[in-house]
Amino acid sequence: MYTFEQLLNKNEEIWKAAQEFEAKSCEVPVETVRKCALNSLHAMKEAVKTGLNSTVMSMSGMCGDDCDRLQKYYSKNPSIFGHVFEKILEYSLATSEENIRMGKIAACPTAGSCGIVPSVLLALAEEFKKSEEEQINALLTAGEVGRIISGKVALAGAVAGCQAECGTASAMAAAAAVQLLGGNPKQIVNAVGLSLKNLLGLTCDPVCGLVEIPCVKRNPFMAIHAMCACEMALAGVETKIPVDEIVDAMEQTGQLMSPALKESSLGGLARTKTALELKKKLFNL
Amino acid sequence: MKQTSIFDVISPIMIGPSSSHTAGAVRLGLLARNIYNRPFQKIVFRLYNSYALTGKGHGTEKGLLAGVMGFGVDDRRIKDVFEHVENIDYAFEYEENFKKHPNSVDFIFDDMKIYGESIGAGEVLIRKIDDFEVELTGKYNTLVLVYDDVAGMISKVTTIIQQKNINIATLHCDRYSKGGKASMVISIDGELDARTVSDVKALDKVYFVTYVKKLDE
Repeated sequence: MYTFEQLLNKNEEIWKAAQEFEAKSCEVPVETVRKCALNSLHAMKEAVKTGLNSTVMSMSGMCGDDCDRLQKYYSKNPSIFGHVFEKILEYSLATSEENIRMGKIAACPTAGSCGIVPSVLLALAEEFKKSEEEQINALLTAGEVGRIISGKVALAGAVAGCQAECGTASAMAAAAAVQLLGGNPKQIVNAVGLSLKNLLGLTCDPVCGLVEIPCVKRNPFMAIHAMCACEMALAGVETKIPVDEIVDAMEQTGQLMSPALKESSLGGLARTKTALELKKKLFNL
Repeated sequence: MKQTSIFDVISPIMIGPSSSHTAGAVRLGLLARNIYNRPFQKIVFRLYNSYALTGKGHGTEKGLLAGVMGFGVDDRRIKDVFEHVENIDYAFEYEENFKKHPNSVDFIFDDMKIYGESIGAGEVLIRKIDDFEVELTGKYNTLVLVYDDVAGMISKVTTIIQQKNINIATLHCDRYSKGGKASMVISIDGELDARTVSDVKALDKVYFVTYVKKLDE
């Protein structure tokens, strides 16, 4: 298994198909699969909680205190987009900052993109009082989306750029959100497509080769991107290009992308004047 | 199409910031520890290329050391691992060598050298034990042996494993030269007991046997 088309042809809830497939291929009961998902969910909640209360900087000193800045701002100036928007930005920053200060996170799909799925999932679950079982269903849905994409594209910036890491995370988050808000499998798959095709070509050009600039602050952007896809899909907006073809396009785009823009730090943001100065300072070159 | 799992994309639960440079480093360390499989007082880590250049910002040194000390990828002690070291004399060396993988490392023990690569998303590959080419991913329990390259060795070893009714997942052999020293790496489904391992050790012309436990998921 398989493609998004085959997934839709099963005519069942995506989380259900996912847990059955996983149980079968690992030769474990479905309950074990759900238990593993719950472990990831707990790790996500813990990372958010810890991250919201920390201002410890990363080893490079470049990142670590922006979530605090955002929380202070919102306490006096509520977001014009409402409370959920605030939470999504805060939770995603909290998680990715926790990551770069060597805190404990759940890679989703990677460590650099670890704030995107949890922020959307947890903010919506809190706001709409979703049960733990519903949250697990949403996470399994996200997992199934990531798994299918990873069957075609390596989810590594060095292979296919950031579209494969934060892009996939955003598609996974969009799927989790639609699932959580009661959408059907077709809407979930449309949300995946809408999200992915609007991130094709996203480069991986980390400053100093570290998972910090632009990675940390990219997480909240990608989380909000997921919400755009979620709401459009819930409204019945469809992607005209089928999702499986979009994934093929992502793979091809990754191949066409210059190696300078794939985690080598030889191009893009990593080669700006300021980035080179930071590198000099950091590594005493 | 390769076999994929949901848990490749919603885990591992790990100490950040990088799956390849932090979690991958821990897993390489854990595998090196399992291969060496006996106490040690001294170790040198030689970091290559991106591991050497961006390792500090990613906690790669900490991860490697934590791994050989047996800490898991989600162990909070990784961050302050230097404070947890007892009775191990360790050192780090750095080298640019474009014949090596971008994220790679040598674990240099007193009497053994292990070379491994972090190949992405926390997946790792041990490629060399001393001068023998091997392929260890940590996904299977694996038997590694060095022996004289004489006829019938593969059959003798696999017969011992077969008698326990254990399925062999992959088998990889390499040799220095015809009739010289050779290596065999056998990954299996299931587990080998100590008795089976010692039966292999007892074979004539076998010099070195180590049973490498797979890494926890």
